[in-house]
This record gives sequence, C-alpha cells and structure tokens, in this order.
Amino acid sequence: MAVLVLADHKDGGITQPTRSTVAAAAALGDVHVLLVGEGAAAAAPAAAKIAGVAKVLTGAEAPVLAEPLAALLVAMAPGYSHLLAPASASGKNVMPRVAALLDVQILSDISGVVDADTFIRPIYAGNALATVKSSDAKKVITVRAASFDPAPAEGGSASVEAAPTAADPGLSTFLGAEIVKSERPELTAARIVISGGRAMASSENFAIIEKVADILGAAVGASRAAVDAGYAPNDMQVGQTGKIVAPDLYIAVGISGAIQHLAGMKDSKVIVAINKDEEAPIFQVADYGLVADLFKAVPELEAELAK
Amino acid sequence: MKVLVPVKRVVDYNVKVRVKADGSGVETANVKMSMNPFDEIAVEEAVRLKEKGVATEIIAVSAGPSAAQEQIRTALAMGADRGILVEHDGVLEPLAVAKILKAIVAKEGPALVILGKQAIDDDMSATGQMLAALLGWGQGTFASKIEKDGETLKVTREVDGGLETVSLKLPAIVTTDLRLNEPRYASLPNIMKARKKPIETVKPADLGVDVTPRLSVLKVEEPAKRQAGKKVGSVQELVEKLRNEAKVI
Repeated sequence: MAVLVLADHKDGGITQPTRSTVAAAAALGDVHVLLVGEGAAAAAPAAAKIAGVAKVLTGAEAPVLAEPLAALLVAMAPGYSHLLAPASASGKNVMPRVAALLDVQILSDISGVVDADTFIRPIYAGNALATVKSSDAKKVITVRAASFDPAPAEGGSASVEAAPTAADPGLSTFLGAEIVKSERPELTAARIVISGGRAMASSENFAIIEKVADILGAAVGASRAAVDAGYAPNDMQVGQTGKIVAPDLYIAVGISGAIQHLAGMKDSKVIVAINKDEEAPIFQVADYGLVADLFKAVPELEAELAK
Repeated sequence: MKVLVPVKRVVDYNVKVRVKADGSGVETANVKMSMNPFDEIAVEEAVRLKEKGVATEIIAVSAGPSAAQEQIRTALAMGADRGILVEHDGVLEPLAVAKILKAIVAKEGPALVILGKQAIDDDMSATGQMLAALLGWGQGTFASKIEKDGETLKVTREVDGGLETVSLKLPAIVTTDLRLNEPRYASLPNIMKARKKPIETVKPADLGVDVTPRLSVLKVEEPAKRQAGKKVGSVQELVEKLRNEAKVI
C-alpha cells in the first residue's frame, strides 16, 4: 500500500524537512505527496520532481486550518498504510488530530525507521532513544527532519492530480498571520546556524550575530533563555521545545548549554562554542571551543571571515 | 465558563535522566518529579482568566500514579479550585489520556481545556490535539495569546516563520507555548489553602476508558555521546580550523 506525506511548501518550493520526510517514507511504500493551502498548485511541479515521489495531490488553496485538514487526511487514509508529515509547526498541529480520529497512537518526531511497524524516537529531550513497535493497523507519524538526509530535489517525475475534498467541520476560522520575511535560510534547512543565548543581553545585540550569519549564509537561532528574555522571537528557538537542527556547522554564542538546548543541536556535524565561562557545559559537546567575551569575539569573527 | 487544566507529573526539567542498564526505560526511582513546565503555563493562563472574570471555576486533572496528587496540589496552590486524579500506575499514552479527558469533559462540561503543548518526558506533543479530535472541538495549539470574544476564542499561535491568529468556536482546546505567560509561584498561604481544596480520585475503568498502550517499547538506549573537542586560543585560530581542518566554511 502507498504512503502519504503531507508537505510543507513555501514560495513555490517544497521545504527541506518535507524532503527528509519523503526519504523516511520511501522505506515504507510508494510515496504520494499532499499539498494544501495557498500556493499548493504552484509548488506541485517541485514536489513532482523530488526523487522517489510517485504521485502529487493538490488540495484547496485556502489558509490551512487543523480541523478541515485533519478531516481531509482522514478521508484519504483508507488508501494508505502510513500518513507522515515533517515535525514542523504544521505537522505537529494536525497529525495528532488525524491519529485520534483514526483511533491510533501517533508516533511523534521519529528519528529512525526500523520496519513498517517499528520506529525510533527520541524521548527526554533526546537523552534517550526509544525503539517502539506500534500495534495500530495504520500509522500516523511526524518525522524529525534532522535525522534523515533529504530526498534529492530532482530526479522524480510524478503525476499531479487534484486531491479529494472533505467537508470543513467549521470549528475555526483563519484571522491572519504575521510571517517574518527573511533573506536568510530556514533554520531547519540551513547548512550553517549561528545562535545566541542569554549572554546576548538584548535583542539589538543579535545584530552582531546576524552580520556573521550574512557572511556565512547562515540561519540565526536562539536558546530558550534568549527567547524567554525577549531577545529573540520564539520561531528562532533551537532546543527540545523549539526547532531541532543538524547543520554542518553550528556556532553557539553565549549559550551555556542546558540539556534542553543541546537536545536541539547536538547532532550538528561540527559545533563551535564561544562563551566566556570556561566551565559552561556547551564546551563538553563542542568540537571547537573559544573562551572569550562574545562582544569582542563575534566582531572579530566577522572581520576574520570577511578577509 | 468552567476551565479544565490537565497537569502531568514528569521528571523535573533539571534532572539529567539515565537510561536503565537493561534498556527497558529511564530511571525514575528517587528522581525529583515536578509538574510539566508547559502545564504550569496552562494553569497560570486559567488562573488569569479567572482573575479577569472570564473563567468561573478551574478544575485541575491529572492522569497517573497516586503521587500525581502532588502536581494537582501545586495547581490548586496556584489558583485552581478543585482536582481530579485519574489513578493509573502503568503507561498512559496520549491517546489514552485524551480518552480519559474526554470522559472528564463529558462529566464536567468545561467550555475550555488548556493543556501544555508538550510533556518533557515523552516529548509527544499530542494530547491536546487528540482530545480536540475526540471531542470534535476546534484547537488552538502552541498559543502565545488567547482572548475570549463572545462565544469565540481568539488564539495567536507560534508557527514556523512567525505568528498566526485563528478564531475558535467555544468549547475549544488550547495548548500553551512558552510566551503565553510566566507562571506564578504559589505563596505559602495559598499552599496551605490548597491542602483543603478537594481532590476526587477515579480510575480509568470508572470512566469506561480502555488505556491499553498501542506502542510496545522494544528498547531504550542512550544516544551516541559527543566527544568534547579542543579549545582554540583565538578567533584567528578558530577560523583557520574551520577552514582547513573541519572544512565547513
């Protein structure tokens, strides 16, 4: 039986976490991709080209709400053994609802596929990995994108069809969104991430990190402490309760390295820590540690990289 | 309106958990337990709604072992009016908890259920959405702001890239994100007062709920440990290493 991947798309493209989800799904059956929301049709050609995708289904061009989207997924579920989505804000919102409507226990944030019934998922902020076997007939899954290499963006030639429709239960209405426009790469897809912690001391001070990010083509992140202190928006939070990233290079600036932060970045290939406290736990996971005052070291780093 | 707030007993967020040697789970014996941090935010929001005159009664409910009474007491000390403990000693997966909560909702008739967006033990981030599904209610997950507006609830949600605002028909489900509020500490007089507030105890079977787990845990392992690397002496040395040794820039 085929498997269905609910895609996140943006500006006519398919997000990298979605391609990682396709990679996870490919081990389970023929992959069909569902696109819904404004811009779904425009993103269909990009979805059809992803290696390993057999069919693309496009749904309504309207703001995505959990209740009607869950109804649609439930209506489509009989044709699929597994329903997957990236563990993004959108996937985490709708997939548990789908699972409950189908009377199955969701498998959240999986980091490995063992077989069609058995999956690996991190628990306790990634301090333990549980291998769990589901006895449910159908599986509803969200995928930790950082744990799967994305399926190549090119190489597929899937057909594109209209998705079936389902009635909107009319429980909610969309009022609006404030999405920050950024030229920088997405946090969960960036090859390089530079994050600031509580030691940044103000939101204005994030500018020194942004300058380095712009030279490196990096995304900017923040620790929960920095978000709690109001120095950075929640969307930038890296950690157990924020985004999980695994870039080639992660630069932690003024971040002490609480368990909850490490949970979000410890699978990065190379970790750099800049912190003036040489006892900071972040140094225990860093490949390169620099004990220095960030307000001196970060401008120096900018100057050195610009050379 | 009545507000129901589920609270979960979890290993305290400051504890570094250890995987049991036999791979059956993590060590929870003699470990500090606390209320799940996102549930504290949920209790706080309910208490603020009551202080504003929007909520009339706050019921804190926990599904778990008898010791989960401690977390209910914490909620009562923060300002909840009464508690319900659904006592069960084994594993309770989010689907089972959602079914338990559905039964409690049927009994109590709240117009709003506020839950934490995620428990920091199983990291499932699912119970609120599952409860909304079972009740056929609207859901406002990852909320950073809620406002009652007549018979609807306006919820500002944390989404990828920014914020989104939805309007939910009441009754509805809200799950809390970090920025919704900063939970208060219970004062000593309120802790004393909470001791006198009632806690009712029921079992899942009394509610007619089958809590048999759907997932079997085959093993629990520690993830591969990262080795600490080296300290560099200067920014110049750092950049040189990143360029020539790690080759990542």
